[in-house]
Amino acid sequence: MRSARWASAIVSAAVLSLLPLLLLLLLPARSTAQDTARGVRIGLTYTPGTKPGVLVLPVAGPGGDSIRAIIQRDLGYGDRLEVIGTLDPGVAEAGVNYALAEKLGAQVVVQPIVSGAALHIIVHNVQQRRVAQVQDFALPAALNAPEWRMAVHGASDEIERWITGVRGVAQTRIAYVRDGAIFVIDADGANARPITPRGADPLSPAWHPTGHYLAYSVFTTRGTQIVVQDLTTGTTHALTATPTGLNTTPAFSPDGNTIAYSHGDENGTDIYLAASLASDPARRVTVGHGTDNTQPVFSPDGHQIAFTSGRSGHPEVYITDVDGTDAQLLTPYEFGDDTYRSSPDWSPDGRLIAYQARVSGQFQIMTINLRDRSTRQLTSDGINEDPAWAPDGRHIVFTSTRTGVRELFIIDAESGRTRQLTFGSPARLAAWSRPLAAR
Amino acid sequence: MTNRRIPRGATVGATLLVAAVITAACSHKPPAPPPAPAQTASAPPAVDSSRIRDSLANAKRIADSLAAERDREGAAVAAARNTLLAKIYFDFDKSDLTDQDRATLDAKLPILQANPGLRIRIEGNTDKRGSDEYNLALGQRRAAAAKRYLTEHGVDAGRLDLISYGSERPVAEGDTEDAYAQNRRDEFVIVAGGDNIKVAAR
Repeated sequence: MRSARWASAIVSAAVLSLLPLLLLLLLPARSTAQDTARGVRIGLTYTPGTKPGVLVLPVAGPGGDSIRAIIQRDLGYGDRLEVIGTLDPGVAEAGVNYALAEKLGAQVVVQPIVSGAALHIIVHNVQQRRVAQVQDFALPAALNAPEWRMAVHGASDEIERWITGVRGVAQTRIAYVRDGAIFVIDADGANARPITPRGADPLSPAWHPTGHYLAYSVFTTRGTQIVVQDLTTGTTHALTATPTGLNTTPAFSPDGNTIAYSHGDENGTDIYLAASLASDPARRVTVGHGTDNTQPVFSPDGHQIAFTSGRSGHPEVYITDVDGTDAQLLTPYEFGDDTYRSSPDWSPDGRLIAYQARVSGQFQIMTINLRDRSTRQLTSDGINEDPAWAPDGRHIVFTSTRTGVRELFIIDAESGRTRQLTFGSPARLAAWSRPLAAR
Repeated sequence: MTNRRIPRGATVGATLLVAAVITAACSHKPPAPPPAPAQTASAPPAVDSSRIRDSLANAKRIADSLAAERDREGAAVAAARNTLLAKIYFDFDKSDLTDQDRATLDAKLPILQANPGLRIRIEGNTDKRGSDEYNLALGQRRAAAAKRYLTEHGVDAGRLDLISYGSERPVAEGDTEDAYAQNRRDEFVIVAGGDNIKVAAR
């Protein structure tokens, strides 16, 4: 690795002056080949657990530096690729210098080109010495504006899918609670902004699968109410199926038509289902006999609900069929166990449920495998709560006190690599959107 | 909280009477001077100034007495209000009423019975430990526990609203057992009928 870099430095210096010309020469090299095979699309053998090296070439033209920086960072945050940071123009010599790219450790070279209102992406398979994938992505006009960035994130996510078979999660957003408002932030930490008035004290944001709506709870003089907000128009719709008492922790069904939530009155708190955008009567799911049953979340197939219940005397995670039958304890409770497990979130592939459990007096993020009920502890630094899966089924956003205040962090459940998402005043109760199309 | 009023009803008549006397007694202007010596047959009789002094002293006595009574009643109303608003406290992750909680709730019963127009909101709260979202359900259970006790002792359920703030509205900050204990509470808020609280008969 070190010798390769040393060699590349010499070559770099030699060809630096030729770079603009070389990029121009590359422009017509479009391929119409569209490999539509499922999974890994560029002929690369991707073994999970390994990280193929990827080199992103410099980008000429307006916004070029930002585009390269965004794609590099997105691919790095994806945790499935090793982004080679060495700026090495020599790679682009006479087409792409595959031999040099290979020496740098790259198995894939990504070549973005700004062409009018399009971001033209060429992906090279270094070992096979060929262009493996070409695609145009529409770029909005306003350079570095939120939707322009989302369009570039969309290109990053496709690149990750071509290489690894799994779409990246850069073109997503995360909703959370800060300063008495619901905030939304891009998954790379850009564009944090409130979408509700500050001080209204909303809690527990949940994304509609389309990304067009957020549901959350608000306090009223007569209890709490679930509100569904249209993120395009800002209009809100209150869920009035259970008009008084406690109405909290909404979760949309995978088809978006139904909201599961917890409703409490004089006789305990139970899970209910109601139509997302209509005012039909609610259907009760759990029968908790006066206990606390809350924090519902649907399985990816929509047939089951995981939730927190205090029915055994302290909070544990349970799963039930959506019709209320076959409720069963999920987490590994044993007699005499007085721990505290809550806040489940079902992984998008259906295999795991993330939750929080009290370990040595502090909450930590755990996962449990639904097949063999094996558990893993993902965190140990500070108090860590309220996990929410990314759509790639690999990353989890959660609240942590490790810096002294509650902030949001993202962990790669495979490698444990963690990055801080929010900075400043405390943030909590995060929810991760599905992939969002650039609008 | 500052909206304390003199109770109406039985004392209204006396209040009106004494109001007139106080108005006279408190006037800075002396009574009109007697007219000049009689020059006509219709001249009024001479005023006895000692009777005026007695009348003023008497009015002051009545005023003082009523003011004292008003203070006593004001204090009784304030005490009744404090009894209504007295908080109850819970153990960690529990909604069971302690003996102390029952005594606190028992004291509210005669006031609620003497004031059928009173409407109360019971606000359930938790300490910051535990999940924020689960705490909302726990706070609801705590508010419901107080409501159940009061309705079982004759208070109409329609007069008791419930809300849970979970761990969102702490009264004590910090990570001490004492702060946690102060935050695990039900608060009682008067939402209607609080302007003319009648003190319960002893």
